[in-house]
Amino acid sequence: MSSLALAVRDSSTMLRRNLLHARRYPSLTLNLLLTPIMLLLLFVYVFGDVMSAGMGGGADRSAYIAYLVPGLLLMTVGSTTIGTAVSVSNDMTEGIIARFRTMAIHRGSVLVGHVVGSVLQSVVSVVLVGGVGVAIGFRSVDATALEWLAAFGLLTMFALALTWIAVGMGMVSPNAEAASNNAMPLIFLPLISSAFVPVDAMPGWFRPVAEYQPFTPAIETLRGLLLGTEIGVNGWLALGWCLALTLLGYFWSKSVFDRDPK
Amino acid sequence: MPSSVMPTPREAGGHTSSAAVSTTGLRKSYGDKTVLDGVDLHIPAGSVFALLGPNGAGKTTVVKILSTLISADGGQARVAGHDIAAAPDAVRAAIGVTGQFSAVDGLITGEENMLLMADLHHLPRSEGRRVASELLERFDLVAAAKKPASTYSGGMKRRLDIAMTLVGDPRIIFLDEPTTGLDPRSRHNMWQIIRELVTGGVTVFLTTQYLEEADQLADRIAVLNDGRIAAEGTAEELKRLIPGGHVRLRFSDPAAYRNACLALREVTRDDEALALQIPSDGSQRELRSLLDGLDAAGIEADELTVHTPDLDDVFFALTGGGDKAGRSNTSNPSNPSNQTKETSR
Repeated sequence: MSSLALAVRDSSTMLRRNLLHARRYPSLTLNLLLTPIMLLLLFVYVFGDVMSAGMGGGADRSAYIAYLVPGLLLMTVGSTTIGTAVSVSNDMTEGIIARFRTMAIHRGSVLVGHVVGSVLQSVVSVVLVGGVGVAIGFRSVDATALEWLAAFGLLTMFALALTWIAVGMGMVSPNAEAASNNAMPLIFLPLISSAFVPVDAMPGWFRPVAEYQPFTPAIETLRGLLLGTEIGVNGWLALGWCLALTLLGYFWSKSVFDRDPK
Repeated sequence: MPSSVMPTPREAGGHTSSAAVSTTGLRKSYGDKTVLDGVDLHIPAGSVFALLGPNGAGKTTVVKILSTLISADGGQARVAGHDIAAAPDAVRAAIGVTGQFSAVDGLITGEENMLLMADLHHLPRSEGRRVASELLERFDLVAAAKKPASTYSGGMKRRLDIAMTLVGDPRIIFLDEPTTGLDPRSRHNMWQIIRELVTGGVTVFLTTQYLEEADQLADRIAVLNDGRIAAEGTAEELKRLIPGGHVRLRFSDPAAYRNACLALREVTRDDEALALQIPSDGSQRELRSLLDGLDAAGIEADELTVHTPDLDDVFFALTGGGDKAGRSNTSNPSNPSNQTKETSR
């Protein structure tokens, strides 16, 4: 068997194992889904009037829903990947990983299985949160099929990038609690991005914090694709962040995995 | 020397004389702590080899290195004819490992664990199912096959662990303390399983802290102490190195104790406990002559215990230090048993 065929075969075996875990024990994924859905409902129905008034330009609540949903879709990705960090950390403490290391299988398949499984979970979560958004009134005004496809592609690439980072975080965490703490930035960063309010509305000293991080350009790009707002340089920035984080997470995770286990 | 007593594997073809595992000068340290300090091993194919040692002797480290889980700091090792550093995947294809800590996936069922192994060994689906169900049957796990492995008892987990190891038909099997933490019944089951593995012609490398276990199962035994092989040989050869075997007689009546001291000359006295130690290999013949001697002198001990050499004795004897060896060595003449017999007649 060629090494590529071996890699694909072993990785898909590992993927099946991870999906089996996710299906058998869905509570972690469901818990993590609650955060973005609660925030969506909170910001729309509790803070909605204030927020839309603050946006200016005669925006009403439905305009704020439109503003909010793209950010929360990306936040859903961040939230799901916390689960990745936790399950990778749990997995690495299991004896079965030592067994995998002594078998003639593709070395990276353990991690690839986690990553692909987690990206699939992210996509499902994004669809569920998107469904809630549509249910409370989110509508894409003029997105073409191509733009929908691009939006889907962006969400998937973003999920891939954050998942590799989360895998690295899970690998270096000694236990599930530590993994969950280490992965906090993945859900904290969207709170200080342009997900809830425009960067222009933030105090001047804070704007760089919101601008120079992966969530803001990705959110702006998604808004542009779904709502027809100006994308500008954000598209390239989002792509760049995705690529950089994917590579960083990949090499980080791989180097930790290739180290001798304790 | 060892090859003359090597059992002949039935299906090994031309590999009869090749070593399944050989190492020279294997070294490993963690920080300042030297765990392995030059380990040399030569294990013929088709035999059972036991690495005996106390906790912390480095047994698990040897298994981890030979099974390619961690790398050695120095020395060479070949497993199944392949260098572990240069061709780890060739080694991995030939071995099966059951570690000290359960290497099963607790979140999925026993059957799913088996099918996972079949998939990772790239067996066709139908063959994978057949192998999985055969092994589940063989290891008495059919009833529990549909339950998550995390709900299994210690003995069941260990059986599942070994069953998973066997899916790929490994030629060399590493078992790291396969019976530690098992109750006596499960331990005997495990011994039976290991014996059956050997009749299939595979090489078994097992680690244990129990001399009895090594004695029961292994063709050859190496004693690992402080990161070095302190002694190597068959169980019989090792036991001859150990002077710890003796019979202990305890008295409550000081007069009977004194009489016994006079009647049995080659003894170690413990005046405070009113106890005597007579060097003995614990055989029926020696015991009978001892008891005959006591009867003849009209002495009745309150308690008689037979001590066979245990791992402590092996270690204290082989490392030449420690209280226990010191005590049992004090008054042992070079050939104690014959003299004891003569004394009692």
